[in-house]
Amino acid sequence: MMQAKFPPFSALRQKFGGKVRSLHAERENESYLLAADPDIRGISEYLRGEYNARLVTVFAEDRCAVEGVFFNYYVFEQKGNTEYLIVRAPVPVDDPQFPSLSADLPAANWQEREIQDWFGLTAIGHPNPRRVALHDNWPDVHPLRKDFPIDTVLPPFEGERHTYRPALGEGVFQIPVGPVHAGIIEPGHFSFAVAGEPILYLQLRMFYTHKGTEKLFEELPVHKGVFLAESISGDSSFSHGTAFCQAIEAAAAIEVPLRALIMRTILLELERIYNHVADIGAMAADVGFVVANAHASRLRELLVTLNEQLTGNRLLRGMVCAGGVRRGWDAAQLDTLAGTIDAFAKEFKDLIRLVHSSESTRDRLEHTGVLLPAKAKDLGIVGVAGRASGIDLDVRRDHPYAAYRRFSFRVPVYQAGDVWHRMLVRVEEVSESIGIIRSAIDHDLHEEFRVPVPPIPPDRCALSAVEGWRGEIIHWIRTGPGNRLERCKIKDPSLNNWPALVEAVQGNIIADFPVINKSFNLSYSGTDR
Amino acid sequence: MFNILQKTFNTGIVTTAYPRTPVEVPANFRGRPSFDFEKWTDARAAAEVCPTAAIALHDSPDARKVTVDYGLCVFCGLCAEASSDQAVRITREFELAATDRGNLVLTAEYTLNADGTHRQLRKVHRGLRSIDAGVEDAGKAARMKIQQLLGRSLAIREVDAGSCNGCELEIIALNNPVYDIERFGIHFVASPRHADMLLATGPVTRNMELALLKTYRAMPEPKVVVAAGACGISGGIFGENYASLGGVDKVVPVDVYIPGCPPRPQALLHGILLAVGRLRERSFDKHVG
Ligand code: SF4
Repeated sequence: MMQAKFPPFSALRQKFGGKVRSLHAERENESYLLAADPDIRGISEYLRGEYNARLVTVFAEDRCAVEGVFFNYYVFEQKGNTEYLIVRAPVPVDDPQFPSLSADLPAANWQEREIQDWFGLTAIGHPNPRRVALHDNWPDVHPLRKDFPIDTVLPPFEGERHTYRPALGEGVFQIPVGPVHAGIIEPGHFSFAVAGEPILYLQLRMFYTHKGTEKLFEELPVHKGVFLAESISGDSSFSHGTAFCQAIEAAAAIEVPLRALIMRTILLELERIYNHVADIGAMAADVGFVVANAHASRLRELLVTLNEQLTGNRLLRGMVCAGGVRRGWDAAQLDTLAGTIDAFAKEFKDLIRLVHSSESTRDRLEHTGVLLPAKAKDLGIVGVAGRASGIDLDVRRDHPYAAYRRFSFRVPVYQAGDVWHRMLVRVEEVSESIGIIRSAIDHDLHEEFRVPVPPIPPDRCALSAVEGWRGEIIHWIRTGPGNRLERCKIKDPSLNNWPALVEAVQGNIIADFPVINKSFNLSYSGTDR
Repeated sequence: MFNILQKTFNTGIVTTAYPRTPVEVPANFRGRPSFDFEKWTDARAAAEVCPTAAIALHDSPDARKVTVDYGLCVFCGLCAEASSDQAVRITREFELAATDRGNLVLTAEYTLNADGTHRQLRKVHRGLRSIDAGVEDAGKAARMKIQQLLGRSLAIREVDAGSCNGCELEIIALNNPVYDIERFGIHFVASPRHADMLLATGPVTRNMELALLKTYRAMPEPKVVVAAGACGISGGIFGENYASLGGVDKVVPVDVYIPGCPPRPQALLHGILLAVGRLRERSFDKHVG
C-alpha cells in the first residue's frame, strides 16, 4: 500500500487555509508548519485521524524579546515515513495560554504541564493541570523564560511538596516510598494505595533530580554542550551525546564522515547491550535468581571494560563530538572489539539458557505488570516498554541516523506487555545488536573520523532523534549568536514512559513492584533534567 | 540446578585482587591530567576548552594564576589535546581521593610575556585559597580517628542527591563479582540508622537537599561522609544554579572526596577505604609535597 505523502503540505493548506501561515521543509526529513494561533487542535486531530500520525513530543520556547511571542512546538511523525513535521504555534505574551490536547491525547499530559511550569503558559482544559516539574513548594517562577537568570537564588522551602490523592476505603492504606529508596537507585517519590497485598493505584512525584539542564545549555558554548548532554542520563551518555551532536551537525549543515557514523553505530549498540544485559540480570535477581544476576553483571563488566578500551571511559564519555568522533581505532582496538563481542555472544547464550531453565523465574515474570497495547498506544509509550506492548517504533529503522541504513536488523515486537516480554525484547535486541556490530566491524574503518564544525549562524533550528537503549531520545535546538544555543529541548524516553509504570502496577501485589519497575528501568535524571 | 553449578564451575573466580595488587587499567583509560608546570608555555587554550572550568585563569597585566581543580575535572582529555607544548598529559592515575577539598586544587603562578605566554613559573601550591593554611578542621582529626574503629566492618548508605546516575552505576558495580566489595566487610544498607558511612553523589539539587540532610541526621554517630564524582564534589558541569546547590559539602560535612566522572569502581573503593583509614591518600603531583 502506498502511503500518502507526509507531511501533506497541500492538503493542510487547503483544509486549514489561514490557520496555516507557512509551511516549509527546513532540511531533508524536517518540515515546519507555522500556525496562526495557539489552537492546533484541528491540525492535530487531522494529522492523527487522516494520517495516523503520532505526537512525538511537545515543548515551548521563549521568543518574547525577539519576536514578541512564545512558541509551542508539536512534533509529529507518520509510520513508514522518515519525515518529522513540526507544528510551531505562537502563544501571545499578553494572553499566555493555549488549548490543551491532553484530554484526547494523554501522551501530551506531562509535557503540556511542563510547559506550564517552565514557561508560565496555561494549558486550557487540561484534565490535571497541577504542577509536574516544579514541586509545589517552589515559588511562582518559570525558569525557562529568558527573563529568569540561571543563577537566581530562590527562597527557602516552605509548605508541602505535593498533595497526594488520599487513599480512601475500608482496609485501604497508603505506602509512601522515597525519595531515598532502599537500594542504590535514583530519587523519586512513589505513593501506593493498597488494599492488603494488591496495589490499587500508584502516584508518582518526579523531578527530584532537576538540575537546570535545559537552561544550562543556553549558557554553554556549543563545544561544551556535548559534555552536558552526556550527563543527562548516565547510562545513556553516548546516545544523548550523539543526539546532541547530530542536532549541531544538522544546524551547521555539515556531513559527518562515514567512518565516524559507523563508529557511532557500534558504540550506540554497545550502550544498548551493556544496559540490556544488566537489566536482564537485575530482573532475575528481583525474583530471587541471584546466580543469573552474578553472571549478567560479570558480562556487563566485560562490556564496560571494552567501552573503556574503545573510548577511554567506561560509560563511553568523551568520544562523540560534533563533526564525528574524537579518536579513531587502531588494529589492536578493533581486534579487542571483535574478540570481546565473540566472547560476549557465547556467554550471553549461556546466560539466557540459564534464565530459561528456571521455571520459577518465568512464572514470576509472566503475566506480571501487564501494560496492554491499547493503553500503551493511548499513553504514547516508546522504546523497549512500547515494543513489548505492541508499539512497533524504533528510530533506527523509522528515521535512520548514524550508519543504520547500511545494516539489517529485526525490531522485536510483542503484544503481551508483561515483565517477561519486556525481558524478551531485550534478549532479542541484544542478539540483533551483536549482528549490527559484527557487520559494522567489517567496514573499512580507516578513513577520516572527524570534520571541523564551522561557527553556526544564529537562528538555525534542528531536530535530532536517537533510539537510546530505553527508547526514543529527541533533542531540538535553536542556535544563538556567538556559537551558543538559544534553546535546547531534551526529551528522554523515560518522560513518555512513567505513566506506563503507573498503569502496569495496578492490581499487582506490592512485592512485585521492584521487578515491574526494573522491567521499565526508567531514568529519573533523564526525566528531571 | 546442575547447569547452574556447571556454569559457576566453568566461570571460575573472577574477582580482582585490587587493592592488594595494582590494577591493570586499559591503555586508553583517561585518568588524571598531569601538568608539567615548568614546561607549560600557555594555559589559555586548555582553559578555553575545559568544559567545567577545572582549569581557570586569573590574569593580571603581567602575571597569571592558573588553578587546576581535580574536583571539577570530568577527565575529558581536551586540555591535553589543546596544549601544543606537551605540558599536559593524560595519565592512567585514578586513585585521586582526598581527605581535604583543597588537596584537589593546584595553583601555579607565572609571570607573563607581552603576548600572554608564560615567562617564568613562580611557584606551585596546593589548597584552596579560602582556607588558611594551618586552620585545620579540628573535628576532622577526631573523626578520622574514630573511622579507624569502623574499619573492619562498614555499613554504607548511598544517597543520590541529584546525579545523572553515572556514579550510581559504578557504585552498583562494586557489588558485582568482579569488585565484590563485601570481601572487605563492606555492605550497602537500606536504613540510614544502620549506616556508618554516607556515600553521596551530586550535584545536590534544591529538591534533594532536605532528603540528604535528613538521611545524614538519621545516621548514628560516629559517621563519615564520602562525596563521589565531580558533581558530588563541586557540582561538576552543573555547578550552582537555581536548581543545583553544588557539591555535597554545601549541605553536610564531607570527609573524603572521590574525583571522577564517574569514578571507576577501584577509585570508589580507594576512597571508601581511605575514609576508614585502611588506605593512604596519594600525593599526585611532583611540584608539591
Ligand atoms: S581533562 Fe579535566 S582539566 Fe582537562 S579539559 Fe577535561 S575537565 Fe578540564
